[in-house]
Amino acid sequence: MTQSPLLLSVDNLATHFFSQEGILEAVDGVSFDIHAGEALGIAGESGCGKSVTAQSILRIVPKNGKIVMGEISLFQNGESVDLVQLEDRGQEIRQIRGGEIAMVFQEPMAAFSMVYTIGNQITEVIRLHQDCSQSEARDRAIEMLRRVGMPQPEQTIDAYPFALSGGMRQRAMIAMALSCHPALLIADEPTTAVDVTIQAQVLELMKDLQRDMGMALIVITHDLAVISELCDRVMIMYLGKDVESAPADVIFRDPKHPYTIGLLRSVPELGEGHSQELDPISGSVPSPYRRPAGCPFHPRCPDFIPDVCDVHLPPQIELAGGHSVRCHLYVQD
Amino acid sequence: MWSFILRRILLMVPTLMVVSVISFAIIEAPPGDFMDSYVNALLQEQEAVDPAEIASLRKRYGLDAPTYVRYLRWLGNILQGNLGRSLEWNQPVSKLIADRLPWSLAISVASFFLAYAIAIPIGLYSATRQYSLGDYFFTLIGFIGLATPNFLLALLILWYYFVATGNVAVGLFSDEYLIAPWSFAKFIDLLKHLWLPALVVGTAGTAGLIRVMRANLLDELERPYVMVARSKGLSEGKLLVKYPFRIAMNPVASTIGWTLPTLVNGELLASLVLGLPTIAPLFVGALLSQDMFLAGSVVMILSTLTLVGTLLSDIVLAWLDPRIRGAI
Repeated sequence: MTQSPLLLSVDNLATHFFSQEGILEAVDGVSFDIHAGEALGIAGESGCGKSVTAQSILRIVPKNGKIVMGEISLFQNGESVDLVQLEDRGQEIRQIRGGEIAMVFQEPMAAFSMVYTIGNQITEVIRLHQDCSQSEARDRAIEMLRRVGMPQPEQTIDAYPFALSGGMRQRAMIAMALSCHPALLIADEPTTAVDVTIQAQVLELMKDLQRDMGMALIVITHDLAVISELCDRVMIMYLGKDVESAPADVIFRDPKHPYTIGLLRSVPELGEGHSQELDPISGSVPSPYRRPAGCPFHPRCPDFIPDVCDVHLPPQIELAGGHSVRCHLYVQD
Repeated sequence: MWSFILRRILLMVPTLMVVSVISFAIIEAPPGDFMDSYVNALLQEQEAVDPAEIASLRKRYGLDAPTYVRYLRWLGNILQGNLGRSLEWNQPVSKLIADRLPWSLAISVASFFLAYAIAIPIGLYSATRQYSLGDYFFTLIGFIGLATPNFLLALLILWYYFVATGNVAVGLFSDEYLIAPWSFAKFIDLLKHLWLPALVVGTAGTAGLIRVMRANLLDELERPYVMVARSKGLSEGKLLVKYPFRIAMNPVASTIGWTLPTLVNGELLASLVLGLPTIAPLFVGALLSQDMFLAGSVVMILSTLTLVGTLLSDIVLAWLDPRIRGAI
């Protein structure tokens, strides 16, 4: 596979939240690259920092959060911009948001404002980023709704979000995100809030649109099935750290990090019946305010090495075939 | 939208009927009637009381009839636009009220707009800059405003106004305009006097509104749709007004309904202190002397105002939030 040009490079990103309870290190040293047209999956349990990573890229981290370290380089037309350095309310980042990088949010019910029609909310973003009249924007919005498979887009465009079903709302959300043809689409748990039958449709739709529009995709999910369906590469996160990163087929076939291995073992397989033994990861995710020293996973790790794992943070080890892992069980060649 | 408004107005008719029964019941609730308090007043002044004369007066005013008959008579008269005659003032109730209602309304409406004009921007500021110095400042001012009784504020302002200008800010007009016919200069003079009662009456409401506005907006700012709007590249100001502000206005708009009558209540103490010719002092007098036609009419009018206020707030709400339009 020939490597397409680099689109976004996240280097050692750390985003912390400052509150009265203390400092929450939601994202703490995450690095990844994404190339044009590529689909990257970010997986991990709730609270591992997946969503905050996405919010950091768009610079829409909630108000107590702050990017304390790292670079997010966006490459456009041979130039690169470090998004971390931009003013978070400034003109530059606002042109990127919705234009270059768009986002599909978790709950379509909460993500739309209930007091405006979906057409109003979609044409708004079109008019913001494209030079066109209100009626042109409306035509484009209808076109985009048709493209995401919205039934009767000419009528639905004037519907209020509360009048639509969950699946239709998610389609409208995707249409809104795609309406300005972004180079990168970030989908934060795009299928979590919809029915299983709709999930498959939404995944299929995203796959088709990604291929047709040639955009890059970051899918954030706790559902490994979504990753296997959509993604070229996978990054596994645990407590704000990127513990393992590899091509999607490699990670399912040959996981390296004990956390990834545990994660894959805890997924039930269809058709195995209730005779199948699930193997959950022991213990629970520690409080992010009291992050374990050394490797964050060591208190739950079956392969824990005393005096090593609980003392030293493992470095990123590069293995063959674009596979990297943060674990003391592996050594750099 | 129009059918919503029409349905809402039709619903007011049965409500008003119920209100009339309750108004009448409240007026009837204290023991005795106007004649009893009239007799008491005469006795206190050591005057002779002729029981036969009292009985004939009672008969003349229909006070001897059973309660339901008096209610129906009263209601029938009201429906014909006849509010009855004030026993105490010996004048038609409609004239007494018509003389004073415009001033009550002027003060209410002025303090209403003053309250919203002050509270909404401050609430907006406080919510978007939570825990800033400005937020703390307005919070402090707001709590002082909430905690200060209207009449005390009226007295304080009167005092300071007197110290600062040497004038006594009493009444709604300067002496030279008091009986002058309407003119632009008289209107300006009215505005010069109106701000004071408007401020006094509106203060408590303003402080409450600031709190409501701030709390609502803080809630709404946390909602996912705000982050979504931000992710689209909207500027912070546009986003704020279009999305969270509009929703945060919902509870504020729904307070319009009960703001109108509370302003009339709030107006009472301020009117007594500032010596204003409004409804509230008239109402208190009527209740004390059991002047039932006057008191009943005032209750009816205040209730109608409440309903009109509720109607207004429902219309504003339906305009703000499409989900409400289909609700009735």
